[in-house]
Amino acid sequence: MWIAVALFLGICIIISLVRLILGPKAPSRIVGLDTINTMVVVSMVVLGAAFDEVIFVDVAIVYALLSFITTLYIAKYIEKGKF
Amino acid sequence: MSPIVYIFIGIGCFFNLVGAIGLHRFPDVYTRLHAATKCTTFGSIFLIVAVMIQSAGIWGAEGLSSSQSVLTLHALIALVCILLTNPTSAHAIARAAHRSGIKPARAVVDDLEGEGHD
Repeated sequence: MWIAVALFLGICIIISLVRLILGPKAPSRIVGLDTINTMVVVSMVVLGAAFDEVIFVDVAIVYALLSFITTLYIAKYIEKGKF
Repeated sequence: MSPIVYIFIGIGCFFNLVGAIGLHRFPDVYTRLHAATKCTTFGSIFLIVAVMIQSAGIWGAEGLSSSQSVLTLHALIALVCILLTNPTSAHAIARAAHRSGIKPARAVVDDLEGEGHD
């Protein structure tokens, strides 16, 4: 059951990946990237429940915080035009 | 698994799919952000709470020293991280897009234009 949920989230990630590739400008691409990050965190928690591995959930926590920092960094880059 | 877990999984999967489709149905970055962020945050809450309900049920059945306790509490920490970081990053993206001069699609007047409005 949980593996089916993870596969469904994978399909949602692929749908968002199309926007990441097509996106007309950089902000639309970051919106796709942010969506993918959230779905990856959720699918890691779901896979942790599927395989009964706590370490997947720990990886999900670290991934959530690091993707937050990445998004803030790219947003700062778009705002000013330089790092 | 109890029926409430299936209901929560259904709600979570539906809202994640709606968020992914909303990325393609809306015309500009602000409406895409609106669709994607709210729907995926809501769906993520339900999916992680479903994981927590299932592992907490096993925890309650196996007794206090069960290994499912770690899974439950760490899923709660992951949920708190998502709830704190997702709206903040959405706000940062919208602010950066507005400051870099991107207009909403089919906009005639931008009320936030000029100094002093972020």
